[in-house]
Formats: sequence, structure tokens, C-alpha cells
Amino acid sequence: MDFTIALFLIQDGIINGAIYALLAVALVLVFAVTRVILIPQGEFVTFAGLSLAAMETGGVPGAVWLLLVLATGAAVMDAGVALRERSPVKAARLAMWNLAPAIAIAAAVLILVPLKLGLAVNVVLCAALIVPMGPYLYRVAFQPLADASVLVLLIASVGAHLALTALGLVLFGAEGYRTSPVVSGSFQIGPLFVTGQSLLVVGATLALLAGLALFFGRTLIGKALKASAINRRGARLVGIPTMLSGRIAFAMAAAIGVVSAVLVAPLTTLYYDSGFIIGLKGFVAAIIGGLGAYPAAVAAALAVGLLEAFSSFWASAFKEVIVFASILPVLLWRSLTSTHSDEED
Amino acid sequence: MSALLEVGDLSVNYGRVEAVRAVSLTVQSGEIATVIGANGAGKTSLLAAIMGLLPSRGRVVFDGQDLVRVPAEERVAMGISLVPEQRDLFGTMSVADNLALGAFRRGRAEIPARLERVYALFPRLEERHRQEAGTLSGGERQMLAMGRALMAKPRLLMLDEPSLGLAPLIVRDILQTVSELRDEGVSILLVEQNARAALRIADHGYVMELGAATMRGPAAELAADPRVAEIYLGAAQGMS
Repeated sequence: MDFTIALFLIQDGIINGAIYALLAVALVLVFAVTRVILIPQGEFVTFAGLSLAAMETGGVPGAVWLLLVLATGAAVMDAGVALRERSPVKAARLAMWNLAPAIAIAAAVLILVPLKLGLAVNVVLCAALIVPMGPYLYRVAFQPLADASVLVLLIASVGAHLALTALGLVLFGAEGYRTSPVVSGSFQIGPLFVTGQSLLVVGATLALLAGLALFFGRTLIGKALKASAINRRGARLVGIPTMLSGRIAFAMAAAIGVVSAVLVAPLTTLYYDSGFIIGLKGFVAAIIGGLGAYPAAVAAALAVGLLEAFSSFWASAFKEVIVFASILPVLLWRSLTSTHSDEED
Repeated sequence: MSALLEVGDLSVNYGRVEAVRAVSLTVQSGEIATVIGANGAGKTSLLAAIMGLLPSRGRVVFDGQDLVRVPAEERVAMGISLVPEQRDLFGTMSVADNLALGAFRRGRAEIPARLERVYALFPRLEERHRQEAGTLSGGERQMLAMGRALMAKPRLLMLDEPSLGLAPLIVRDILQTVSELRDEGVSILLVEQNARAALRIADHGYVMELGAATMRGPAAELAADPRVAEIYLGAAQGMS
């Protein structure tokens, strides 16, 4: 290997690492607040990417129907709870609260997409489609289990992932799509050939991480989310509804998924089931980082990206094996060095 | 005076174990009511059930409203705050952030005024406002837990063993603050193992034994009762 190839691999690794960092941060965020290991995070990315690709051609993305299905599920469940309390007025109101935004968004997408208003509008519409799926998914799959163990939540998470992948096949089809880059053009720095899109990946990731740091450090709602993660009972005692924290965390995870999709969809072809492998690499990074700290997760994500880039050069057939196997020594080391801590302390 | 909190036949089960058995008690508006009793008598479970943190059977009526279906978070918004025995602080956040979150249901606009009030009660918290809650001493942690609860401007403040593990001088200060709060109109439900100290500041008292409320009455009468003295002495021996 010469210097140029090494530089190229480093660049590749950093770009991939930046994407994995976004996924890892979303996983850490959701786990800290709700104790859910969010396997469907990858689905947020693929569904957003495939929706962008569909809208680029003026086609209505299948995600519209998924949004309506999830909203209906949430409406039925909320109304069911209210009906068990024998308050039909509250049931109707809760159903409306769940359905109205989804219907409004679906209508906007159905009307605006065929007009082909350009990338910026498409990104906004895509965010409007995918971000609410986070809270709806939380309502349907996880809120009824909010007090269950991490293992039960993980099983629900796997279930949600399988269901979403299957729906993805129905809604988006088996074909893969790639979108045109947000930033076109490229330039050369020394021996390196840098595309605008790859600079955007790194820049957007840094901006998002800085934004998250500000959100958790400065805003009351951000502090409330952090507080729910530190001490769930303490959070309830100051009146922070656990359910609200869960919905916000899931909405943020879905929003991070949309950003990841805008960044990654022009670089790689996405299929309905690509989310799992992408998500798994974010998961490896989050685990190596200890599922607790954002900076550690970001550093681990960069390491995973670099490891992937270099192993694809030296042993391309084993690239995934090497990345996923790297979790084993880390877990071994962690189980030997760290003391077990209780879930609730 | 009218009843701010009415608890009727409240029971709490952990599996087959009945931690609280058909307890009834009342907190009048503007008074300190205390529940005393030995370790394991069910005092903590009683407070957790009133707060809505534990499932329970029976009646909990606050200011005329039945709380059966009201979750703990909404009880906070209605004006009930609990300072739990474990304090449940946000350890890696600053003192100021812990306090600000105490006013979560009041909104950002009310934070400065509430903060000023809490800092006036506990000047030590102002000195340490940048420090992480997890690095505070035991007494300071208790002050922070109380301060955080007061940020919500509660009408009923429930305190679970505020004297636990604290030096006698700090206990005196904290109980002094509790009586000041009562004089300002905050109603207080105080759970204590330190029965003598609790009965000294309380208006009414209840004795809990093995999950049931066995005695009740004005605090001064309870303090003079020989059976209470016996329980109290037992508690004192347990603590030494």
C-alpha cells in the first residue's frame, strides 16, 4: 500500500464513519432515554432515502402509506386506553390528535410531489414523512412496554425491525435506488479526489453533533431528556412525562435518520432492507462506545469506518466479518473491566 | 382548615406481601402531618403510592379531586411534590440544572423567581450552583432535593426521611426550614424514623406499624403517649 491509497482509504473511512456516527448517536440517545436498542434506526435511513429517490422522479413514496398505517395504529391504541377509562370524548380527541397530522402530511406529499419542486422541498417533505414515524412507532411498539426489561424491549425492537422491513418490500419494491448528490462537483487536494457530497457528509455530521450538544446543554426540554436518562424516577418526580421523553427521543432518532439518508443516499444504492447492515454498524460503534456517551460513540464510529475501509482493501471478502467481529474483544474487555450497574439507580 | 389530602383505605402490595394495609390519613391545608414508625413499616411505600409511583388500591383525593387515574407527572403539575429517601437527583447535572428541571411543569418564565426563593432558603445551593449534584455532601444533596421539589411550587410537599444519614445540626436546620415552609402555607406530609424531632414540628401525627396506621392524634399528645415513647426508643436503639 502506498501513501495515496492510504489517504484514499482514510477519506473513505471518515465518510463512512461520519454516517455511522449519526446512527450511533441516535442509538445512544434512544437507549439512554427509553432503554430501547433501536434496531429499526436503519429503516428510518432507508425509508427516507427511498422516499427521496421516489420524489426525485415525481413519484409518491410508499412511506406515505406507512405513515398512515402507523398513525392509525397509534390512534387505535390511544383511543382504546381512553375507552377502557370510559371516556369516549377523550378517545375521540386522542384519535384525532394522532390522525390529523399524518393525514395533513400525506395530503401535502400527494399534492406537492408530482409538481417536482426541487431537492429542498423534497427534503422537507421527506422529513415531514419520516420524523413523525418515530413517535408513532414508539407509541405502537414500545410505550405499552415502557416498564419492561431491556431484553423484552430488544425483542420488541427486533419485531418492529422485521415488520418494517417486510412493509418496506411491499411499499418500495425490491429494486435499489440512489439519489443525485445534494452537492455536485468535486475537486482535488494533492493526490486526493474529494467530492462535494463527501465534504457535506462530514460537515453536516459535525453540525448535527454540535446542535445536539447545544440542545442537551442549553434547552429545558433537552435537559429534561437528559434527566430522564440519568434518573427516570427523579424525572417523573419533577413532572417530566416518561412517555413524552420517549416520543421526543424517537422523533429525534428519526430526524437523524433523515439527515443520514440525505447524506448517504447519493453515495450508495439503498434497498428496502439495507437499513439493517447500516444500522448494525452504527450499533457496533454505539456498543464499542459503551451505549452511554456521545463522544465515545462518535470516536468508535470513526474507528469502525476506518476499520471497514482498510479491511475492504486488505481482505475485501471479509470486510463485514472483520467489522462485526471487532465487537467481541471490546465486549470481552468491557465485561472484565467494568462493574455491573443496575438499570435503575 | 380543610383537608388538602385525604387518603382512604390505601393498600399497596408487592406480590403477596402487603406493604401498606388500608391506611387512612388526612393532611389539612397549612399543617405538618407526620407519619412515624420503624424501618419497614411501609412509610416509604405509602408516600410512593400517594405520589402515584406505585400501584395501589383505595382512595387518594387531593383538593377534592380523585387521583386514581392521574399519573405521577400530572400529580406534580397539580401541586404535589415528593422528596424521596434516595433523593433521586440528576447526578451528572449541575445544581442549577437540577433546580431548573424542578420547575419543568411551571415553565421557563417562572424559573428565576422560584430560584431566588430556593436560594434564599438554602444559600449553600447558590454557592454550589455550578457543581455537579453527584459531588455534593449528604446535607447538600438533601437541600437540593428539597429545593428541586420547591421549584414546582407545591401545595403539598411530601418528605421521606429528610434526616436520614445527616448530622444532628443539619437535621435541625432542615426541620427548621420545614416549619418555615408550613408558615408560608405549604402543607407538609413528613415521614420520619426520628420520631421525637418529627413530632416536635408536626401538628398531627400517625404511627405506622407493619403496614397499618395504628395510632393517630395531635402531635403533642402522641409525643406524650408511653407506647409512642417505646417505639421511639426502639428506633433510637436501631440508629445507634
